[in-house]
Order: sequence, then C-alpha cells, then structure tokens
Amino acid sequence: MAKEYPGTPLKSKDFKKALKTKYTPSAEYAWSAGQAINSFLNGLKEGRILGIKCRGCKRILVPPRAFCEECFISVEDWVELKDTGRVNTFAISYLDTMANRIKKPIIPAVIEIDGAGGNGFLHILGEVDPKKVKFGMKVKAVWKPAKERKGDITDIKYFKPLKGGD
Amino acid sequence: MPRRVAVIGAGMTKFMRRAKETPKELAFEATRMALNSSGLELNDIEAVALGTAPDAFDGVHMKGEYLSDGAGSFLKPYTRSFVGGGTGVFCGAHGWWHIASGMFDTCLVVAEEKMSSAHPHPQGAFLTIFDNLIERNLGPNLVWIFALEMNRYMKAHDIKKEDIALVSVKNKGNALDHPCAQLGMKITVEDVLNSEVLAYPVQRLDISPTSDGAAALVLASEEVAKRVTDDPIWIEGVGWNVDTTIWTNRDLYYPRYVEYAARMAYKMAGIHNPPKDIDFAEPYDPFDYKELHHMEGLQLCKKGEAPILTREGVTARDGDLPTCPSGGALGVGNPIAATGVMKLCELFWQLRGEAGKRQIPGDPRTGVAQAWGDLMQVGTVVVMRR
Repeated sequence: MAKEYPGTPLKSKDFKKALKTKYTPSAEYAWSAGQAINSFLNGLKEGRILGIKCRGCKRILVPPRAFCEECFISVEDWVELKDTGRVNTFAISYLDTMANRIKKPIIPAVIEIDGAGGNGFLHILGEVDPKKVKFGMKVKAVWKPAKERKGDITDIKYFKPLKGGD
Repeated sequence: MPRRVAVIGAGMTKFMRRAKETPKELAFEATRMALNSSGLELNDIEAVALGTAPDAFDGVHMKGEYLSDGAGSFLKPYTRSFVGGGTGVFCGAHGWWHIASGMFDTCLVVAEEKMSSAHPHPQGAFLTIFDNLIERNLGPNLVWIFALEMNRYMKAHDIKKEDIALVSVKNKGNALDHPCAQLGMKITVEDVLNSEVLAYPVQRLDISPTSDGAAALVLASEEVAKRVTDDPIWIEGVGWNVDTTIWTNRDLYYPRYVEYAARMAYKMAGIHNPPKDIDFAEPYDPFDYKELHHMEGLQLCKKGEAPILTREGVTARDGDLPTCPSGGALGVGNPIAATGVMKLCELFWQLRGEAGKRQIPGDPRTGVAQAWGDLMQVGTVVVMRR
C-alpha cells in the first residue's frame, strides 16, 4: 500500500536563505559546588585527590558525593587517594569541544583512581603517543604548579603514563 | 489491573536534514496522518502525550507548549515528557498509562524534533549534559562519551570494528525501503572503516545524522479500539529505568538500565524467553555499536553475542530476529524524540502487515522498541503484539 508521507526537504543552498536570528545569551553561571565537590576541588588546589567512603556499602566514592545513591545515606568519611590510576577506557578525538576538526588529537579517558575500587573520573591523557595508549595502563596526574591551581578539574593538566607501570 | 491499550493509527513525516516546515507544522503533519489512519477525529481525542528533546535545539523556550497546537492539544489535557534520547519510546509508555489507568479512552502520542535550526550544528546544545563542576572545563565533546563507551564495549568482548560496521551497512540498507528515510544507502564495511575518524573508535559512518521530523500514534482503550478497527495492535508491556549521571563509576560495557527497563516491560507482557518470544526488534541505534549494546540489554542475546548474530545474518530483515527493519536512526534519520516514535510506528506497521517493502516475512506477532539517552543512563522499552 502506497502512503504519501508529508515533509519538504530543503537543499543546503535553499537553507542559506533561511531566516536567521543570531542571539548571544549572556550565559554566565555561578554554581555552588556543594558539600562534596567543594572539598574535592579544594583538594585539587592542594594537589590531592580526595574520595569519600560510604559506611553502608563500603565503596570509596570518587568523584565524591554528599550521599550514597545506593544506600541513600549521608557520607562523611573522607579519604586521601593516590594521584595514580589505570585507564578504564579511552578515545582519540579529532574533534574539539565545538566539533571543529583538529590535527593533534585529544585523548579523553576514564581514569580508575588507585585505591577506589575501580571508581574514577573523566580526564585527558598527555605525554603519550595515541597509538600506545592501552586499557589498564598505569597513569599518574601531572599537576599545574601550585600557584596556578585554582580549585578546578584542570588543576590536573593531564594524566601521563607511569614509567615502570604497565 | 491496568486496562488494555491499543494502537489504532500511526503517521510520520519524512526525516530530512533540513525541513521547510516549522516544528509545529511537522508535528501537525504527523499527527494529521495518524488521525486519518485511525478513523478518529480530533474531537474524539481526550488527551495528548507529547515528547520532544531540549529547547536549545530549536532555540524556542517551552518548546512543548509551542508544539502543542501541532500535536492536536488545543484546549485538551496535555503533558510533555522528557528523558533525553529515550523520550520517543517513553512517549509510548506516557500515552499508555493515560488509558491503562482508566483516565482517558483515547490519547495521541506525538514527538517532534528539528535539529537543523541550531547553527552551524546542534553540538553546542548537547554540551551542557556534562557535569558542570568537574567535566565541562575539560572541554568535552558529545562524541567522546560514545567513543569511550564503544571502546570499553569492544575491549570487554574483544569485538572487531568490522563486526560493528555491519550494523551500519544493514540499517542504511534497510532504510532504502523506507519512504521517509534520509540516509538509505548501499554501503560496505570498507566504506565504514575508511570513513573519517571523528573520535576513535567512532567514525563518520558509525553515526546517525542530525534530522528534522515528527511521528505520531493514536492510542485507544479496548472498547474504543474494537469499535473503530478490526486490526488493533496492543501495547502489552512498557518499561523505563534510569542509572546515575556519575557515569565514570559504572562499567560502560553493558547498559544495566536497559536490562531493567526491558525486564519491567517483559514481565508485564508475559515474555519469559526474549529471543524466542520476540519476533523482531527496533533497538535504538544512534551509533552502530549502540544497536548491539542494546540487543544485549534487551536480553535478545547473551553479553557479547550481538556482533556474532549480526555477522551470521540473524538480525537481517529476513533473519530469525530482525533488528531495525525500518532502517533505524542510522538509515531513516535521527530527529531524537521523533526517532523513538518512528520505531513505535514501525512496530505498528510491521505487526499490521502494512510495512510495504520493509515487511518482515513470517507473520510477526510480537515486537519490541527501545530508546536510550541522557548521560548514557536511560532505558525505555515498549512491547507490542498483534
């Protein structure tokens, strides 16, 4: 049975004649970092990675949170973790944030922080040939100089392969 | 006990890179077509369940209310649901409970998306999904999360890119038979493997396009359905589930939340052995590996087996368990929420034997559609039966 489907596709050149409104919103937000991430970011400023332990499930939560989503209780027991970990997964990106093409790829990775039972966070790998990145590779944080740190995830410049680690 | 809910009509627009029509006009066209096919008129419709993704795509705030006239909502009980990329299939559940609860006897389910408005690309609209405190300053790109998940999935089961590329080949090929398709084409595994690397392992032909389009269904109670049609299709199971946004604390190789959503829908539908009890599936395929990932979450095969089934032709339209016979998001196009309702339309047309050149052989009786979204954390599932 033949159906007639509605819709009128436009060609790229037709679309150039489209009515456009350019609008640059003044979108600046001052976010509260909250009970948990505030301490995490202050830790980064001091060159330390902090996790938090849930007394219910005993997990070390990193990134830390004020409550455990599984046990649904407040968590308060801060633990200092090493600034080393392993690559859980990675990508080799030839796109920048706005999807522009770039020649030198960025290597985002999920880093399992040592001592956190497989938990960790998103960061970037550096000082490594993209072809040589491996799952489970040992990595270590490369920190900005103390004076330049401001309590942000970018206080860690990137994670680099740990010599002797594998 | 929930009341039985039937689908009695379906409609959709073409899916296109850029539509001349406004979002409201697209919604109207799909809704009008669904009403025409149901035999009901707008006066017969008691409620409207609308789904559409972020307002930022259109640059129109309160986009749901803006769309409402086009969705047939004028002076009716109307609500918009939103669960990210999972919205379209969720709309089926949203409409279902309107009728199952006994509140209404008829309900329109409508989804619309116009992604061509954001210039030069809706990328910017996606970025605020990343954690505002500890992720956004790293300058992430939306493709990153797919690349990270795909790589983890490939590593966990030692899957080759060649096997994943087969999904893109299949779905774009299936879409050649869909009159609404934006990207139906005959391609080879080599074409996929030779396409531009965006964020390894994701390449150009692994990804669905950005699209404009709308799709709609008419739902009715058993009493109304039996009065107006000899051929109702029943929504027999619905399920939905959400995992945490703290995605770096879970293993991305497997979508647990899809499993839980599927188990909820299967329990309702009395499905005990999904690969046997389900005749065909429309898993969400915004990326080729996602179809495989979702087949495993939907319990259609064991973990890591989906690429093998694909390679063996089991998921081809004439295979034992066809997946995305429509052509999916990869082939028909991916106007986010509308894609999910397109998949529900495909279940309806296939189960009615009205899918034309796309018709699955062998008289299918049970189909499942699924969508997925947010920060890799939402699963939505609908089971339909003839």
